[in-house]
Amino acid sequence: VVNLLGISITVLFTLLLVFIIVPAIFGVSFGIRKVYMKTLLKIFQWATLRIERGAKEKNHPLYKPYVNGIIAKEPTSLEEEIKEIRRSGSGKALDAPEFELSDIFYFCRKGIETIMDDEVTKRFSAEELESWNLLSRTNYNFQYISLRLTVLWGLGMLIRYCFLLPLRIALAFTGISLLVTGTTVVGYLPNGRCKEFLSKHVHLMCYRICVRALTAIITYHDRENRPRNGGICVANHTSPIDVIILASDGYYAMVGQVHGGLMGVIQRAMVKACPHVWFERSEVKDRHLVAKRLTEHVQDKSKLPILIFPEGTCINNTSVMMFKKGSFEIGATVYPVAIKYDPQFGDAFWNSSKYGMVTYLLRMMTSWAIVCSVWYLPPMTRQPEEDAVQFANRVKSAIARQGGLVDLLWDGGLKREKVKDAFKEEQQKLYSKMIVGN
Amino acid sequence: MQLLVVEVLRGWPGRSGASCGSWCLLGGVESKRCHPASRNVRDPSGPGCAGVVGDNSPGSHYCGFRRQRSAVQRQRDLISHSQITRLYSRFTSLDKGENGTLSREDFQRIPELAINPLGDRIINAFFPEGEDQVNFRGFMRTLAHFRPIEDNEKSKDQNGPEPLNSRSNKLHFAFRLYDLDKDDKISRDELLQVLRMMVGVNISDEQLGSIADRTIQEADQDGDSAISFAEFVKVLEKVDVEQKMSIRFLH
Repeated sequence: VVNLLGISITVLFTLLLVFIIVPAIFGVSFGIRKVYMKTLLKIFQWATLRIERGAKEKNHPLYKPYVNGIIAKEPTSLEEEIKEIRRSGSGKALDAPEFELSDIFYFCRKGIETIMDDEVTKRFSAEELESWNLLSRTNYNFQYISLRLTVLWGLGMLIRYCFLLPLRIALAFTGISLLVTGTTVVGYLPNGRCKEFLSKHVHLMCYRICVRALTAIITYHDRENRPRNGGICVANHTSPIDVIILASDGYYAMVGQVHGGLMGVIQRAMVKACPHVWFERSEVKDRHLVAKRLTEHVQDKSKLPILIFPEGTCINNTSVMMFKKGSFEIGATVYPVAIKYDPQFGDAFWNSSKYGMVTYLLRMMTSWAIVCSVWYLPPMTRQPEEDAVQFANRVKSAIARQGGLVDLLWDGGLKREKVKDAFKEEQQKLYSKMIVGN
Repeated sequence: MQLLVVEVLRGWPGRSGASCGSWCLLGGVESKRCHPASRNVRDPSGPGCAGVVGDNSPGSHYCGFRRQRSAVQRQRDLISHSQITRLYSRFTSLDKGENGTLSREDFQRIPELAINPLGDRIINAFFPEGEDQVNFRGFMRTLAHFRPIEDNEKSKDQNGPEPLNSRSNKLHFAFRLYDLDKDDKISRDELLQVLRMMVGVNISDEQLGSIADRTIQEADQDGDSAISFAEFVKVLEKVDVEQKMSIRFLH
């Protein structure tokens, strides 16, 4: 009997694998994932209603996250605010620059406001959800859960860990090994159209298998704007999965640092089939070298569009932070792409200070699904009157607007580093003007 | 908005993870390790916690939180339940060391505060004399100064202690930002130092000195070349302190 059980499970597994991998090879979809998504949504809504009902019975207010800030902030400038404070204090001539003891109120209140709620630090941790998605890692109101909900939660956990996880790991394994072997084999072919064709399809096929390994349900919009050869594709960065999502719909040249271990093996195999741009660790610090290599790549029209994430670090997908200007100085056409994840099915944000890569991937593979939308925006080029920074900001605003994200000027590097003193000096300069004039 | 009567966190020991009930035992990848401070919670009868489910969210420590409300006492500093929850969530997200208290570095990690010229003075206001850590109760106490003054409170009787967000206490908060050595006087040196913080390198020493002299001259009434709190209040008597030193919650 045990033998029979073992055999039937193996057969089932293999059938499942075949049903998932074969469509991936040809790029078709049966639509199973969409049905799965709709069913899950219904269950989540029901779960949230139950929790709300439970809370109402006990007469307690529920904890609801507010994404748009918890305090009222006025968007006024330093000059306006201080003038207003002075105006209410005395009837003296307002435009005369001078110092008032009441000026301190402005700095004091601004400081306390940022302590209560600031724009930057909340971008580096996972977004809070309004409804519960049956993952205990996102539940803040768990004491209102009834027995029925507990059973559902347990069932959900069983499905995710015992059924979906092994399946996904098997798929991921298949995808990665096919990528490595496929690209190595293609690498032996002589350069020419045949090699390019095969290389493209090997890459696409393997990325599609990886997409299914994560149960990623992706909606692509405006595919006619997809990046072309000789261009640079820029996108907002939320997690390493962004690469898989974009590369399963287009053929890109990757840019990155050479890693050791499994990543290194993959990188070395990939570069045999088509020219990606991998930098040694020492080369990364040298900005001119990086710029030179990228420029060479884009000027060769036969080479693929480069995929770059100018934020430089993972942000939690509620905002877009400062774009580093390096990729905007090269002078190529920029194809912006906006990626917005739906956090209900699984939060894709990689909090690298909290989780390592393996823990992160495990969390991804035990979520329900990764649902996201990708918008391909029309290409942009640098206008003669703007410099690289202004161009970068323009592209950033376009991406933020399309994805419904907050457009911030702050540097994503603030996740780890301290803010530069130059900003404080700016504030001090502005204030000095108010005291002594120009 | 439910205005719950809350004891202003008297003796809040830090974060407690106890009383999570049976949920904690359903461990696995989902549960975090129990907060070490939770074992010292003042409720030894609570069930032992094998793990705290969920992230650094108020939900997981909410149970211990509600426990504190059972020993309530009417306080003047009324603040709604959801506002406290939100501020607690903020407190825990700032607390990178996860020990239930904030240090000066935790505050300096906020970029918008780090670029505030008086950032260090404001951070200092949270820490009582000689201490390097502030717990949630201290955090709330300081923030309570910035609660807006409701109209119906203005006419309340003066029997109880003055609320932290009264006009006088708000002015006192600002006074303490100037008064570096806490001797209840703003001397010329102290004023110069604070001015230097606010303007950086953009103004010369002489100019700054004359500004400080003029300010003290205008405010000083008892001739000691320093500004006492009473003189400070007199200078600012017309300023709309209630509005300028208040922060309104959105919900």
